[in-house]
Amino acid sequence: MIQVSHLTKMYGHRTAIEDLNFEIQKGEVVGFLGPNGAGKTTTMKILTGFMPATSGKATLSGFDVFEKPIEVKRRVGYLPETPPVYHEMSVQDYLEYAARLHQVAKKSVKKAVNDALEKTALGDVRSRLIGNLSKGYKQRVGLAQALVHNPEILVLDEPTIGLDPKQIIEIRQLVKGLAGEHTVILSSHILPEVTATCQRIIVINKGRIVAEDTLERLTTRLKKGLIYSMVVKNPSREGIDAIKGISGVSGVSAAGPKLVVELSPGGSDVRDRVVETAVHKGMGVLEFSAERVSLEEVFLQLTTEENHTETRRMS
Amino acid sequence: MSNVWTIAWKDFRTYFTSPIAYIVIAGFMVIMGWMFFFNLSHFNLQNLQYQQYNMGKGVSITDGIIRPLYGNMNVIFLFLVPFITMRLFAEEKKVQTISLLLTSPVSLTEIILGKFLSAFMLTTIMLGITVVYPIILFSTGNPDFGPILSSYVGTLLLTSCYISIGILFSSVTENQIVAGALTFAAGLFFWLVSWATQSAGPVWSDLLMYLSLISHYNNFSQGILNTSDIFYYLSFITVGLFITHRVLDSYRWR
Repeated sequence: MIQVSHLTKMYGHRTAIEDLNFEIQKGEVVGFLGPNGAGKTTTMKILTGFMPATSGKATLSGFDVFEKPIEVKRRVGYLPETPPVYHEMSVQDYLEYAARLHQVAKKSVKKAVNDALEKTALGDVRSRLIGNLSKGYKQRVGLAQALVHNPEILVLDEPTIGLDPKQIIEIRQLVKGLAGEHTVILSSHILPEVTATCQRIIVINKGRIVAEDTLERLTTRLKKGLIYSMVVKNPSREGIDAIKGISGVSGVSAAGPKLVVELSPGGSDVRDRVVETAVHKGMGVLEFSAERVSLEEVFLQLTTEENHTETRRMS
Repeated sequence: MSNVWTIAWKDFRTYFTSPIAYIVIAGFMVIMGWMFFFNLSHFNLQNLQYQQYNMGKGVSITDGIIRPLYGNMNVIFLFLVPFITMRLFAEEKKVQTISLLLTSPVSLTEIILGKFLSAFMLTTIMLGITVVYPIILFSTGNPDFGPILSSYVGTLLLTSCYISIGILFSSVTENQIVAGALTFAAGLFFWLVSWATQSAGPVWSDLLMYLSLISHYNNFSQGILNTSDIFYYLSFITVGLFITHRVLDSYRWR
């Protein structure tokens, strides 16, 4: 559905994005994750035909954005960071205008608007002026605008920014519901957002893709070795040293009753021996579990450790 | 073409959902009404004096009322058009609604023509209201029809030139006031540029005379439809809109 190859954008001498390559399949919901200023918005602006790239190629629904922008724009719905709503228009008028602009046939405009209003639960405020609506509603009107021509591809730039928790959940539900029927790219610098809505994640930092994978694979791949946590009744120096002595254990750290055991990657599975030793030394094992690396940690690792970037991209 | 109309109709309606249209139209009507009244009473007084002292044929309605009335109307449009055009692109850029236009399947040319048409429709309505003055004149006197018609054609073209300038300056800034001020300054410049002809050399004076917006209007006010004047105005409008196209295109690149 979306193919991007060697996409580069320079603002004067500053490089906003550099050599981006990725592909998105039909019906996928893909999260674009990265800190502020990483190049997410720039990438989206290029994909939607708002601005041209300095070099590289982007193909959406089989049309090149730079050669056939009109064809691409017809098939893409875009919600920019600031929803492009006219404050002096009513919700209904605005959506009709957006539908017309996206060449929805004249007789199906009413239906398209009604569908969009229904999907975004805006029916109650349809005749109100957009300027009088709250931020959350404006955001939803923006989303309805992106949906009104029933596009194959939806590009949502920070769709939940500035909303209250209830509204955030609603928008997330909405985006999830769009999967399958539409291909969705959404950007965010908030991790739970991406975790909650996306099947696949592209992490972008300083204009480059630093990781691209499914959520689970991304978290497992980034674990350096395997980390387990163990809660014991009586932690003792002797016991900890004994566990350290097992071959295949690369480190043990203790904080009160909680021990964090790190196994060297690629070695044989020695979990049973770790527990055995602990019991043997009279520490009394209460709990033994695999430590989950949260996406936050992954994100921080990816975006702060520049020196690991290259190796990870090659792997 | 339907895209042009969609944009034009939306912007035209916006004039009436904000106070702009009402203020501009009301101001225009008050000033025009006052001027018509003043011209008419002055004209009556003059003709009365001619008759009293038997100084021959008096001033014609065309010279006494029509020409000064429509000439002054052009000055008023010079003042009012900046208020009509200043928000067209500046506002869209400021509140970033322009991204809706630029990511919709419409071309830049269609967007610009749509904006132009919306302002053109408003000025046409304003001109339409002034038809009441010729009607008054026809009901009581016997004015020449030709100069009235050509004055309308000329005024329509001249205000379109102001609109073209206005749209251009609205596209270069996010600030409506700046856009409006620049439009007024540029409009005034092209209007008064002919003043310099007296002190310029022969070639320069011809050139400046040709550039002046108002020098091309003189023929229209006398009932003459000259293709070279019409061509000048149409080129002026096209150049203004073309530069707007370039400005907006480069805005996307940045």
